Amino acid sequence: MIEVKNVGKSYDGNPVLERLNVTVKEGEFVTLVGASGCGKSTFLKMLLGTESPTSGELLLDGKPIASEPGPDRGIVFQQYSVFPHMTVLENVMAAVGFAQRGLTGYLFGSKRKQARLDAEAILTEVGLGHALKKYPHELSGGMKQRLAIAQALLGKPRILLLDEPFGALDPGIRADMHELVLRLWQEHKLTIFMVTHDIKEGFHLGTRLWVFDKLRHDPHAPQAYGATITYDLPIDHSARQPAPQTTEQTIAPLLAEAAS
Amino acid sequence: MKRLINLTPPPASKLFLGLLPFALLLLLYVVASDARLAENANDKLLPAFSQMGEAIDRMALEPSKRTGEYLFWQDTASSLKRLGLGVLIAAAIGLALGLFTGALPLVHAGVSPLLTVVSLIPPLAILPVLFILFGLGEASKVILIAIGITPFIARDLQRRTQEIPSEQLVKAQTLGANTSQIMVRVLLPQLMPKLIDAVRLSLGAGWLFLIAAEAIAATDGLGYRIFLVRRYMSMDVILPYVAWITLLAFLFDWLLATLSRRLFPWNAQGAH
Repeated sequence: MIEVKNVGKSYDGNPVLERLNVTVKEGEFVTLVGASGCGKSTFLKMLLGTESPTSGELLLDGKPIASEPGPDRGIVFQQYSVFPHMTVLENVMAAVGFAQRGLTGYLFGSKRKQARLDAEAILTEVGLGHALKKYPHELSGGMKQRLAIAQALLGKPRILLLDEPFGALDPGIRADMHELVLRLWQEHKLTIFMVTHDIKEGFHLGTRLWVFDKLRHDPHAPQAYGATITYDLPIDHSARQPAPQTTEQTIAPLLAEAAS
Repeated sequence: MKRLINLTPPPASKLFLGLLPFALLLLLYVVASDARLAENANDKLLPAFSQMGEAIDRMALEPSKRTGEYLFWQDTASSLKRLGLGVLIAAAIGLALGLFTGALPLVHAGVSPLLTVVSLIPPLAILPVLFILFGLGEASKVILIAIGITPFIARDLQRRTQEIPSEQLVKAQTLGANTSQIMVRVLLPQLMPKLIDAVRLSLGAGWLFLIAAEAIAATDGLGYRIFLVRRYMSMDVILPYVAWITLLAFLFDWLLATLSRRLFPWNAQGAH
């Protein structure tokens, strides 16, 4: 589905990424890990279309990937992913409006009703059914990310890009989100690329884990060489490590204890 | 003893501290006015509050002997019409300019340098040009206000548009939005509270241009009146007029702030 052929990226002559050669099949869940500044986010931006490779080819179904964001690739950022001036429901309905042609992206009549039903369904699926009328600033970090994911899913992307989506969340909430992402990945048959700082998270979620690092290093010119994928590890799912406890699993015994 | 920067007044005394300077100024005025009037009952510089009251009675509650109009209300209506129209035009043009130059790099490249230069022209310096082009009527006053504050609003909104996180624009594109949909649904609604802020900030300049234009060429208006009665040293009219203008300015500011809070609840407490 995605072919990366000898792709390199440099800024002002300083290479960030070089000699990337990988192929990704439909339905894979790729996690990207590596030190800060190793180019994993840059690679995600190239998939997204906000950055273009300076050399080599990045192909989606045999054609060069568009150099601007499009509806086939959904995105969830660490923050600022949702529209602050729309309620939870409006945020998700906007995804339907944007998918239509037209000048304003507003929906009317039966289309609006249908969009509302779809939006409510997906919001219930991600666990936000009780917060339809809230504005994003009234939501917690985890709920905001649930909303961002719901919004991205309603755009019906083939590829979902996650840029450190859970980096700012508490461990318990994080585990909840892992469960959600894994469930949605299977239900919606997505191909997911996820950048993360947390190697454990990378191993837990992905079917494939890429480590970005520099192969060549010149101590006198640290900028001389770019990073590449140094490890491409397939992860056997049957051997998946037990998931960290979700909030519910953590709290339920405590509640039971308090009740007795 | 706490450091000075950590000392905050308790709520009750906060109000007291805020009102204190007003009371002191008022007291100072009354004492000074009494002293001058005791020396010379015809002194015009610091009229007593009773004299100001009589003047306002005359201006606001009795029809003018010459025209039969209630001058105070006539002046207020004329001035507010000019100010309102000027600010409305400025807000509309400023919003359009700010949105388009902020959202579209191509438009930005073409329009922004011109906008920067135009914003540097002192508006009062081109008032004579306006009088020559549009005559001494209403148009030139309204246009002066509009020209005076449009560049500020436009540049402020341009910056505000650029400040909207690019993540939102990318997100909208990944949902399939085209340029106009992004401008109408993502950028424009988020600019509206910023527009109200910009209008609030530019109302002071708006009053300045209004009063300047009225002082130079008008037959009515709050600015016209205070400059007219200056010839007779009628402080008893000028001071209440200035207080009235201040009150109006305060009311508009408060109204706009309230409107912004009501209409855009998501904008509260820097929500992002």
